[in-house]
Amino acid sequence: MAKTIIEKIWDEHVVYEEEGKPDLLYIDLHLLHEVTSPQAFEGLRLNNRKVRRPDLCYATMDHNVPTRNREQIKDEIARKQINTLQENCEEFGIPLANMDHPDQGIVHIIGPELGLTQPGKTIVCGDSHTSTHGAFGAIAFGIGTSEVEHVLSTQTLWQAKPKTMEIKVIGELGFGVAAKDIILAIISKFGIDMGTGYIVEYTGEAIRKLSMEERMTICNMSIEAGARAGLISPDATTVEFLRGREHVPTGEAFEIEAARWLALASDEGAVYDKTVEISADEIEPFVTWGTNPSMGSGVSNNIPLTTDFTEVSDRSAHEKALAYMGLKEGMPLTDIAITNVFIGSCTNARLSDLRTAASVIEGRKVHPTVKAIVVPGSQTVKKQAEQEGIDKIFLDAGFEWRESGCSMCLAMNDDVVPAGEHCASTSNRNFEGRQGAGSKTHLMSPAMAAAAAIEGHIVDIRKFQLDTVGV
Amino acid sequence: MEPINEVKSVITPLYQKNVDTDQIISKEFLKRIERTGFGKYLFYHWRFDAEGNPNSKFVLNDERYKDSTILVAHENFGCGSSREHAPWAILDYGFRVVIAPSFADIFYNNCMKNGILPIKLSVDEVEEILSKEEYNVEVNLEAQTVTGEDGVVYSFDIDPYQKKMLINGWDEISLTFQYEDHIKAFELRKA
Repeated sequence: MAKTIIEKIWDEHVVYEEEGKPDLLYIDLHLLHEVTSPQAFEGLRLNNRKVRRPDLCYATMDHNVPTRNREQIKDEIARKQINTLQENCEEFGIPLANMDHPDQGIVHIIGPELGLTQPGKTIVCGDSHTSTHGAFGAIAFGIGTSEVEHVLSTQTLWQAKPKTMEIKVIGELGFGVAAKDIILAIISKFGIDMGTGYIVEYTGEAIRKLSMEERMTICNMSIEAGARAGLISPDATTVEFLRGREHVPTGEAFEIEAARWLALASDEGAVYDKTVEISADEIEPFVTWGTNPSMGSGVSNNIPLTTDFTEVSDRSAHEKALAYMGLKEGMPLTDIAITNVFIGSCTNARLSDLRTAASVIEGRKVHPTVKAIVVPGSQTVKKQAEQEGIDKIFLDAGFEWRESGCSMCLAMNDDVVPAGEHCASTSNRNFEGRQGAGSKTHLMSPAMAAAAAIEGHIVDIRKFQLDTVGV
Repeated sequence: MEPINEVKSVITPLYQKNVDTDQIISKEFLKRIERTGFGKYLFYHWRFDAEGNPNSKFVLNDERYKDSTILVAHENFGCGSSREHAPWAILDYGFRVVIAPSFADIFYNNCMKNGILPIKLSVDEVEEILSKEEYNVEVNLEAQTVTGEDGVVYSFDIDPYQKKMLINGWDEISLTFQYEDHIKAFELRKA
């Protein structure tokens, strides 16, 4: 019978099944970071338990780390949390890319970079954006700290088999439209909880044409549609991305693996519990105006009116969001003034993202009212960008060029958007206070954020680039 | 974790959908390496203004609900970040039950691991409960019911495995160790 990739991977990982119980699922890769792991390690110590497979774990420090002046972390509690991860990894024998390590970076950026992320794997991490790794055709999902402890102890998790959903992106993307716009458009069209209870597979020609970096951007934000995991069947693009990476086999062994990976792709005629479609050619460059990722729209539009919503709870959510954002219903999105720009995060801080943003700002200056920072996703991305001279382009334009980490995406370190200020951000969440208490986030693609940095307000990247060609 | 079966309390009505875990526990409180002590930071930026004074309009500052152990909210409660600090804060504050029409998957799971009972009722039932003034209810997990002081009984579904875990307060890791032979066999098969 024709099977989806989701069923194939799931079935391969069931350790034990019994009627009336969730499946006991084996976990191939457990990624760890400093914020959601300390209580799990403490639990192991309290119960005198060991880490079952330290060789299947990999840890780094990303959420809390400063992106400048790393030698002295002023925040004492943050420093303690970072040191705790170092000590825990030493005690339990877990490989760690610490702050001084050349592989350090956002956990979801370094997994693929190192080739730890591979098709067919089950991957977990105490972080909801673990869905990123699904871009390779893996079942990858975020877990809580109790589950982190469970995986450390047993290398398994009890999981009810999720339902499957196909999100088909048909047709071709238009000029100036990025992977970020596809996923923001999907979330806006189908809602912030459309994926609850499902693992999503993204299909369609528009998805097939995307690079691995772009696929990661899409899968990364599956959780913003409520899906714990989102994935894309592996193809030649996947195989070529992984070839030669540190943790993948070499020579003949790689070819055997590659053939196995390709065979995981969903079979022709496989049936999903639900299928939805979106036309790529209808998708515009997207920005959010509200306080969750579904509150967004194509950049040429105006902010919706409260009366556009029929449900009372939607109307009150809309009013509350606009009151928080300090925006008026019906106003054009391009009228929103921007004072902060953040190019970074596990959604959009890979080399291709930085290249795209750099191409937009090259030879221009950041608007005088804007403070703009670039935080590369990893030390590897940073080094590669510097080799290409991308850092110079950003610095010449007036951006700050930082060390790698999660940074202003969630503002756990000192990279904070001041209260009341609007930020054009390439990150994944625009919740109240996400980038700092009172901060107002507008999610968009790297090119859109870069253009906003130059103009000091939200702009339509298509017009911006056409004007450039015109000059 | 502490077993849970019967909980009796006035409900705390939080008339809002898509409450994300960033609101439940804000990032500045995630740096601690303990599991306890998060209750005072629950809904911090809704509970307190920028100067740290209580916001009198927020429901957690309403005297009528100060001893409440049951939180009722709207759809998609607990969306966003996987931070287990969210259920830790809810539990530490004193809630044992959260009722909503739907929950985000990771948050729902995290509740189960901490002895918090997440109850799914229909949108209409939740609307009805939220519309009643100072509504006292009795939750019975064994019977899978929420019984109002006015005699209205709301029934809910829950996965039988998770129900058993909650009622007994079992440590899941100890239980999984009983499957060690299966895990070993699986690893041998894969190797």
